[in-house]
Amino acid sequence: MRSRLSTLFDALLPVIATLAALAVGAVMLLFLGINPIQAYGSLWQGAFGSSNAFAETLVKATPLLLVALGICISFRGDVINIGGEGQMVIGAILATWVGLTFTDWPGWLVITLSMLAGFVGGAVWGGIPGVLKAYFNVNEILSTVMMNAIAVQLMNFLLRGPMIDPSQAQLASKIPQTARLLDAFHLARLVPTRLHMGALLAVILAFVVYILLWRTTLGYRIRAVGQNPHASRYAGIQVPRYIVLALLLSGAFAGLAGAVQVFGVNYRMITDGSASGFTGSAGFNGIVAALFGQLHPLLSIPASILFGALLVGANSMQRAMQVPSALITALNGLVVVFVVSSEIWRHKRQRKRMAVAAREEPPPPSAESKKPNQAEAGA
Amino acid sequence: MTEANTLPSGRTRIDSLEMRGITKRFPGVLASDHVDFDVQSGEVHALLGENGAGKSTLMKILYGMYRPDEGQVLLNGQPVTIASPNDSINLGIGMIHQHFMLVPTLTVAENVALGLPSSRGLLTDLDRVSKRILELAAIYGLKIDPDAYVWQLSVGQQQRVEIIKALYRGAALLILDEPTAVLTPQEVDELFVIMHQMVKDGHSLIFISHKLHEVVEISNRVTVLRDGRKIGTRPTSEITKQDLANWMVGREVSFAPDRGNVECGGPRLQLKNVSCGSDRGTPGLRGVSLDVCSGEILGIAGVSGNGQRELAEVISGLRKSTDGQVILEGQEITGLSPAEITDRMLSYIPEERMRDGMIKDFSIAENMILREHEKKPYSRSGFLNLGEISRHADELIAQFHVKTPSRDTMAKNLSGGNIQKVVLAREIFRTPRAIIAAQPTRGLDIGATEYVRDQLLEQRRKGVAVMLISEDLDEILALSDRIAVLYEGRVMDIVPRDEATPARLGLLMAGVHPEEGAPVVK
Repeated sequence: MRSRLSTLFDALLPVIATLAALAVGAVMLLFLGINPIQAYGSLWQGAFGSSNAFAETLVKATPLLLVALGICISFRGDVINIGGEGQMVIGAILATWVGLTFTDWPGWLVITLSMLAGFVGGAVWGGIPGVLKAYFNVNEILSTVMMNAIAVQLMNFLLRGPMIDPSQAQLASKIPQTARLLDAFHLARLVPTRLHMGALLAVILAFVVYILLWRTTLGYRIRAVGQNPHASRYAGIQVPRYIVLALLLSGAFAGLAGAVQVFGVNYRMITDGSASGFTGSAGFNGIVAALFGQLHPLLSIPASILFGALLVGANSMQRAMQVPSALITALNGLVVVFVVSSEIWRHKRQRKRMAVAAREEPPPPSAESKKPNQAEAGA
Repeated sequence: MTEANTLPSGRTRIDSLEMRGITKRFPGVLASDHVDFDVQSGEVHALLGENGAGKSTLMKILYGMYRPDEGQVLLNGQPVTIASPNDSINLGIGMIHQHFMLVPTLTVAENVALGLPSSRGLLTDLDRVSKRILELAAIYGLKIDPDAYVWQLSVGQQQRVEIIKALYRGAALLILDEPTAVLTPQEVDELFVIMHQMVKDGHSLIFISHKLHEVVEISNRVTVLRDGRKIGTRPTSEITKQDLANWMVGREVSFAPDRGNVECGGPRLQLKNVSCGSDRGTPGLRGVSLDVCSGEILGIAGVSGNGQRELAEVISGLRKSTDGQVILEGQEITGLSPAEITDRMLSYIPEERMRDGMIKDFSIAENMILREHEKKPYSRSGFLNLGEISRHADELIAQFHVKTPSRDTMAKNLSGGNIQKVVLAREIFRTPRAIIAAQPTRGLDIGATEYVRDQLLEQRRKGVAVMLISEDLDEILALSDRIAVLYEGRVMDIVPRDEATPARLGLLMAGVHPEEGAPVVK
């Protein structure tokens, strides 16, 4: 009974943490002289209030989920991928290049190839830090972050130069953006909203990643290496190879997220000089969504929707209540801090319970028959 | 004598210490159930029991690390409250922990002074500490240099530092928690001499152990605990080892496993002049040559850190050799990957099972296929065959009597004995040609130890070549057909079972050839 209750509690913990974060946010709103009930009401309205609003939420959730799927793989392999932003950018660049180059090919083929290009681009951008970590012991947190900076500058260079929209190239303004993709290359939409097929693709891939992690030899090995590299070596697994694979796959999903963003939402790449101008920080928020979903690909689906809702709803709250945008950022931050802390707390609690359970563990039973005096002791 | 009540250290002795009706509950478990225990001045009282029997709980209560839920402690007949280790030290109770609490980079004197106020206020008084250490050392016959750095000392010497530390703090009663676990037989003898001297001088000693012969040798009385309850207290002279073992386990225990006679086949696993490095960058093995025949258990004896780990890792492919050959069934396996060596049907039960042999956050079923997860029938074209994996796990759980709620239980939730059964099941089930078993019973209680040893003997009967690496001489002597002693990465000697005695092996383990009588030059 007690254990079932605490299991339920564990499952609800992220939700409780989110509510606690919103409660703290409410206090901040009060200080600003804003009625928190009204404010959160408009947040809810903005995220779920109409089919359009909900579609926007799902549109925002899609790249989060794709990045989160990659994060599930890499974190399960005990490699920390902070390079989602850069991987998204590279994936998007490669996909956009395909989309702008093969203009006389059929739409389905170009879309497929573009998505693959995004996948490959992200894989390369994740694989490089993977190789550096596995074979040269370079910390992947640092290298993935540095790869972000390289990706952004590469994007800025390409969008101002080689890949710039030919019509912009002739204008004095020279807005750094690519040409627009042909309509035939856009991901199909669920009219009348902006929701596109990318969302469906992300959900399908969540199931694929679930199968990959728990039903394939590859997933078994990635998880084994993440849990215990010593025992993995003993098991005959070539540990460095799977460190590379974990980061590579993680990057690939982020790259795909970038491609989906271009082909499903923007239809062109445009830069304001920063990565977040293109990604909307999905490369970072996807990490939070994955942690929120307990690094489980299927739980990452609701987690991504929740964060998508927060992003969309916060925007509408800002518009409706004239809340300073800094507060929106703070609110997002609060949710992250609360969720991550609750996760750490849950781990500690679990370990404590485990220690007690270990002490409870009676000595192993004798394989053979027990003597009567022992049977009485057991009764 | 005028100092009838005074110990040589100048401290008042503890005539009697009594623990009455001590009960300690942890959430969901009764760790100590109305246990009575007492120790008198001038005696060694042994506390015997399996892992989890409640020995540590009882002693932690006495040392002030836990508070009892019920019961009281009487010192010389007066009730006392022990709320912290400080209280117990002030009362004259000292504890020698199994894992030494010493700072390796400090000197002996600095370690002894650590945590004590200096007699010179803000300035250190290490000269006075050193003087007092030398005094105590002279009184108790403990040879120790106060200015030596702890890292320079052998394990036995470090233990003496711990004893000095306790005496320096005025301990009249000493709790020794498995003090012999880390010592060579010679060092154990030296420790026992020191213990005898202390007891003669009026100290009270509590000796925790699960090694029966040591208990019989050193103690005046013995108390056996099982499942948090006291089974009984007897004068040691009135009880046999067999009785003690039965008390501990709660059933008949067989002491000398039936080894039977097995014909030795030809050499199946051979090492020829194998050398390798260690993690510290020093040589791990230096030209080791060994044969293990089929149907034979070759025991590898030695004090920890003399190349045992490296030996096991080189054979199993986890460590690269720098020289020499490893040959399995006539085929060279030197330099092959761990996976390739596993494929040649070499099994390995690693020394640190939680680190190397198991993945804590994997289920039992997933751990059961660790070594063959990519092979049929567990994997087919890249996909795990969950049905077959479950069936395999259930079969092994039943066959090897693994006590687990289910095959999906995480490995980390099993007890040490059951974890070792999982490793054993996995390594034996694949019908290996040779097995390397490193410290296979370390940390296991009697029941599980017996089981593991029986399984190894069963493998021997089936004609498998078994290499048993163990620091437990009793185990080596009980199971091996031949015994090789490792010292500083070399094979000192290989002794047939019939000619092996603890004394002879002990000398070899210390690097002394009995014939030559001089330590081998490094």
